[in-house]
Amino acid sequence: MFETLLPLGFSHYLIGGLVIGIAVSLLFITTGLIGGMSTFFTSTLSLISDLPYFNQDKFVSSRNWRLVYSLGLITGALIWLFSVGESSQTSVTAWQLAVGGFIAGFGARMSNGCTSGHGICGIASLQVPSLLAVLIFLGTAMASAQLIQMLGGV
Amino acid sequence: MRILSLVCVLIAGNLFGFGLSYATMIKPEVVLSFLRFEDFGLLFVLGAATAVTLLTYQLAPKLMSKPLLEETFGKHPSEMNRDTLLGAAIFGLGWGICGVCPGPAIAGLGAGNWPLLIALFAMLLGAYVQGLIANRGLPDQDQKAYQE
Repeated sequence: MFETLLPLGFSHYLIGGLVIGIAVSLLFITTGLIGGMSTFFTSTLSLISDLPYFNQDKFVSSRNWRLVYSLGLITGALIWLFSVGESSQTSVTAWQLAVGGFIAGFGARMSNGCTSGHGICGIASLQVPSLLAVLIFLGTAMASAQLIQMLGGV
Repeated sequence: MRILSLVCVLIAGNLFGFGLSYATMIKPEVVLSFLRFEDFGLLFVLGAATAVTLLTYQLAPKLMSKPLLEETFGKHPSEMNRDTLLGAAIFGLGWGICGVCPGPAIAGLGAGNWPLLIALFAMLLGAYVQGLIANRGLPDQDQKAYQE
């Protein structure tokens, strides 16, 4: 049964998850900040847009650390690449990345959270709306991923 | 914010990016295989990350009066309303099409998975359109205060 449910094993998943948890914990213990990712998009848009929505205090005041955090994600992945990782190019089609990315970006900002914001930080804060959000997005993601497969997507 | 705080933010980001890469979440194929019930490994990623964070979020404010470098512990601002739930449904729809969520879209750059750039810019565009729509719902005084 193990091979059916986890054909690639589980240790890299577990270790990666623990490292992510330590990352979000370190951020909280040192600075008190909540490390979800999706707000980065909206706060960064305040750099290039005058629209009042993007220039609300909650976005402008968190803009700098979110940029540094995202830069950290990129360099962290680079460290992985030069230590234990190897580069790969996804075979998921450009239209899936473009259409799916647009819808995911829109939805995550409407919901004020994504896999990390609602999933990790929200549940860890014992927030019922976040738990519900996670159940909902897992449900719709499973449905759309399977529909795409039936339609011949990667 | 103090420079030392930003250094900690950078190190936390490094760990996050390393963890996402190590867990292969920066490969959309792996995420899609989870969503199609072919490999349940992502449950270990989300479960382990959430368990560690849960301990920290619940214990740290009880054991420490404030964070090491700043004044207050933040809270995750989630509200029970239409936007939170409908937005989650829309987010999931998109996530299931591309297999990329915000963290991996950003970290993917460092790992050289270049096609993820398409997802990253598409997400930024999606966030922009969401902001355009949400802007119309802002209270008038916010609009005015900003214009002044």
